[in-house]
Amino acid sequence: MQLDPDSVPKLWRMTRLQFDPVRQRPVLLYPEGAVLLNDTGAAILELCNGSNTVGQIVSILAERYGADVSTDVSEYLKLMAERELIRA
Amino acid sequence: MPDIPTTLLAELTHRCPLHCPYCSNPLELIRAESELATDDWKRVFSEARALGVLQLGLSGGEPLLRKDLEELAAHARTEGLYSTLVTSGLGLTRARAERLKEGGLEHIQISIQDSDPEVAERIAGVRSVKHKQAAAAIVRELGFAFTVNVVLHRANLDRLAEIIDLAADLGADRVELANTQYYGWGLRNRASLMPTREQVERSRETAERAIQRYRGRMQITYVLPDYYELYPKPCYGGWGKLYLVVTPNGMVLPCHGATGITTLRFDDVRSHSLAWIWRESEAFQAFRGDSWMKEPCRTCPRKTVDFGGCRCQAFALTGDAANTDPVCTLTPLRRIVDEALTEPSEEMHEYSYRYVAGEPQQV
Repeated sequence: MQLDPDSVPKLWRMTRLQFDPVRQRPVLLYPEGAVLLNDTGAAILELCNGSNTVGQIVSILAERYGADVSTDVSEYLKLMAERELIRA
Repeated sequence: MPDIPTTLLAELTHRCPLHCPYCSNPLELIRAESELATDDWKRVFSEARALGVLQLGLSGGEPLLRKDLEELAAHARTEGLYSTLVTSGLGLTRARAERLKEGGLEHIQISIQDSDPEVAERIAGVRSVKHKQAAAAIVRELGFAFTVNVVLHRANLDRLAEIIDLAADLGADRVELANTQYYGWGLRNRASLMPTREQVERSRETAERAIQRYRGRMQITYVLPDYYELYPKPCYGGWGKLYLVVTPNGMVLPCHGATGITTLRFDDVRSHSLAWIWRESEAFQAFRGDSWMKEPCRTCPRKTVDFGGCRCQAFALTGDAANTDPVCTLTPLRRIVDEALTEPSEEMHEYSYRYVAGEPQQV
């Protein structure tokens, strides 16, 4: 899957993003697997709702954190897309 | 402190309409009257979540034979577990599937035995192909995540490409292809099930091509038969590390094959909390870490990769669960596996089908 600023990434319909009170961190659950996330990862994935473009996700998070996050977001999305947990 | 477990396999029942000769249930099947009650299972699921479990397998036997399955699945969802129903498909009516969906079940895994219907039913020991097709259609229509799983062996391995295509035709999101593991029933039927080296080599290439071809449409995982590997499998990340199994009568195991290790005693959810069993019980501590290891594992750099292999296999083949898994080519025990690979093979009609002892055989 190719991701560019106009791509609209969406979490795979079979995933579930939730907070795990045992580990005190967000987790992404999917059939027979789980990814333990940090807060930044969860913030990116929450925005992968099928309406935001990659460009919009970058600007929302840049504003929230007051930093240039474009490389981090792209690399994170690429990684999650390779695992087929997000689809465009 | 031990690690936090991620996965619980709940063997809700050992009852099953199928009689597959490689069944992962033990040779001594638990009878219906000994099964845990609904409230026991609900408590187990709550305790599992509190312990850190994220993934729940609702398995069996055939879990649909439990009339309280919908209630159990709904409870698991309320607790925040991600559940997979592991089923033969037999008994999955639209009404039951709708109730499971309403309760929040997300993922259903249906087994198929072969792409050739006649062979499939000979393996299952029962008419089942049409039921499975109907169940797959319901799973798709209701929008569950859908995995097809297939146990591979000598009688179906040459049709691997057709089997993968069948899974795609059934609409699977994922297909899990796993070669038979030789414990319990599988070990009893090893001479009929063991593929040849040529079959294994061809199937590996077939699987690799299919993984490329279906990329983005259907995820394919392929588990090779460990007897043909150089090193053993890292069983669930090591003993008592991430995984636990609860049997139909409430025994807690580090692996579904562990009851085969007759030198260990396993504790019961009716007598102890799941947390105590995980952290403190003798069985779970028996092979944690590496202090139990003998040579060649003890000084082997691979001990952090495969943890000495499978304890159940070491016990089944050598009589000592602390031995190196005899699949490993670094141990002289490997001769046991090599000898098994030269055993004369038996034909399918000699399968010893999975039945409860004393149950009349109809095949």
